[in-house]
Amino acid sequence: MNIMSEAAVEKALDQKMNTVPFKMIGKDVSVYYGEKRALFDVNLNIRENTVTALIGPSGCGKSTFLRTLNRMNDTIENCRVTGKITLDEDDIYDPTIDVVELRARVGMVFQKPNPFPKSIYDNVAYGPRIHGLARTKADFDEVVETSLQKAGLWNEVKDRLQEPGTGLSGGQQQRLCIARAVAVSPEVILMDEPCSALDPIATAKVEELIHELRTNFTIVIVTHSMQQAARVSQRTAMFHLGNLVEENDTDKMFTNPDDQRTQDYIMGRFG
Amino acid sequence: MTDIASPTVRISARPESAKRDIGIKRRYAAERRFRAYGIAAISTGLFFLALLLWTVISNGYTAFQQTTITLPIEFTEKVIDPNGERTTDSKVLMTANYPLLVRDALVKQLGIDATKRPLVKQATDMVSASSRTLLRDMVVADPSIVGKTIPVTLLAEANIDSANKGQIDLKVEESKRKVKDQQVTWMNELASAGVLKKSFNTGIFTFGASSRPEAAGVGVAALGSFYMMLIVLVLSLPIGVAASIYLEEFAPKNRLTDLIEVNINNLAAVPSIVYGLLGLAVFINFAGMPRSAAVVGGFVLTLMTLPTIIIATRAALKAVPPSIRSAALGLGASKMQTIFHHVLPLAMPGILTGTIIGLAHALGETAPLLLIGMVAFVVDYPGSPMEPSTALPVQIYMWANEAERAFVERTSGAIIILLIFLVVMNLGAILLRRRFERRW
Repeated sequence: MNIMSEAAVEKALDQKMNTVPFKMIGKDVSVYYGEKRALFDVNLNIRENTVTALIGPSGCGKSTFLRTLNRMNDTIENCRVTGKITLDEDDIYDPTIDVVELRARVGMVFQKPNPFPKSIYDNVAYGPRIHGLARTKADFDEVVETSLQKAGLWNEVKDRLQEPGTGLSGGQQQRLCIARAVAVSPEVILMDEPCSALDPIATAKVEELIHELRTNFTIVIVTHSMQQAARVSQRTAMFHLGNLVEENDTDKMFTNPDDQRTQDYIMGRFG
Repeated sequence: MTDIASPTVRISARPESAKRDIGIKRRYAAERRFRAYGIAAISTGLFFLALLLWTVISNGYTAFQQTTITLPIEFTEKVIDPNGERTTDSKVLMTANYPLLVRDALVKQLGIDATKRPLVKQATDMVSASSRTLLRDMVVADPSIVGKTIPVTLLAEANIDSANKGQIDLKVEESKRKVKDQQVTWMNELASAGVLKKSFNTGIFTFGASSRPEAAGVGVAALGSFYMMLIVLVLSLPIGVAASIYLEEFAPKNRLTDLIEVNINNLAAVPSIVYGLLGLAVFINFAGMPRSAAVVGGFVLTLMTLPTIIIATRAALKAVPPSIRSAALGLGASKMQTIFHHVLPLAMPGILTGTIIGLAHALGETAPLLLIGMVAFVVDYPGSPMEPSTALPVQIYMWANEAERAFVERTSGAIIILLIFLVVMNLGAILLRRRFERRW
């Protein structure tokens, strides 16, 4: 794990973002679904302990880019990725890289809450179990508790850990999925529109959670909500038609973007 | 409209209300009609199901009763072992004239003059010829009963059984029926004395094949069917599930896998007798396996069941939501872990249902078994699946070919037993489904 000290993070956040070191570097990333090209030579770097929001109209390639970061695109037939993506110096598309290990380092939270149809406890314990991060019952109890606490769910579910995770409310399910991702101690967490299926109260809780998680994790979030991007992120990247239009500090992006298309999109003129 | 338009033309902003309601009545009528069709279809189905059950049960319930005659049999030493050699020669007890013991007991019970041969013959005809084996087995099991008198329950002969159940029309002229007036008189006499009575027929469950209906049962056939089901389950479930997992999760989608898929779907529709021919050619002629053996039947039925199981399993795997797969893969589970930890447990109810439907189908299958020689007259229980045996549906088929009234009721009785087997298997499927079903 590569965690900066609390003070360093605060300091880094106080400064302008462009001094924060890169956690992941994407260079000339292109993605093809069969003959169709979905991303055109995207150069986007993800900064450490930062929330990076990916915005843009539907079909612009932001989710596709997100899924290249932990190679979830591998599961789609006919999908081809070119270019280079590194995670701390390691080329994640290098044949020697184990995709299973990569996904342990780069976790993912999906659009629709998708807990396993098992107990809350087993949902959280599954990741540590398959990665051998815990051995004894006490280890598992501890990792389950800390993960649920990090996801802000512990107080709500501590008395019913053996109940099925699918029985929770939508917002709780999504936080359970976050706890499940956190439990394997990833370095980066990818979130694909994590609040699009949630009501505003649950959304607020998840956003607050994202804010807290930033101290320990690097977060990349795809969102359709401008307000959400403005609220939770420090850096924002705008995609349009498979191209990266602009990447900038969120403050600047929403007040004085460099690119006209960003301005238009944020003002709601298209998309 | 502006002034330019002719003032005589009035353009209505809304279409006529009569036009708007076009179709609504028709749509409701169509829905009512469709519901009526559905109810009619279900009623027809239920009617024929009821008809089937009524026919089978009304014909077959009497097969579960058997007329017995309980007689005090005197195990006379003079008859069984006239020369006193039973301690030295074991054959003596096996070959003794046991029917004579029955005859003596009957003559005594009915008070007949033993010298009148035709009358005595009519009397002994009332008791099943299987009594010989019964008495022999008793004596061989316990030679100390020689010289004692023991009440023994003997099976009545099939025609007497039928007559006792009221299935033989006694108004028919005596020479044209199998039960004579004298026998009927004796039968009523014995019945009022409490010697002849109807009791539950355990024999139909335990006996093997016999040309005498009263001594025929589905025991051997049921054991043969059990062996075959065991073989089918053990072979087709793992092979079918493994094949489906590979095809559904790992195999690349190309022309070869498309071809395999089309072929599997076609194999499910191949007439079962073709599998019998295949089994005959491959397992018996080529591999030299024994004829009439449950193991060959099991292999043939396995081949027949595989497509059903593969299709059901693939459908069940496909029905698992992709979000579960994404969740597991996103956590860093390997493909194997994803499938075995998450996808397979969720697909389990569907797989089990498919498997049990396949097994039930195999249990009722007759045609392929005829070709591999399982339509055999097997009296003794097979000790292993390699020994000759027969199967429940084949036993039904063989009994259906017999003319005696007693075999008619046994045919229906065996159908009832087979149906009970099927109902139990389907209940098992439902219970397993409940047990494994999980919401997501």
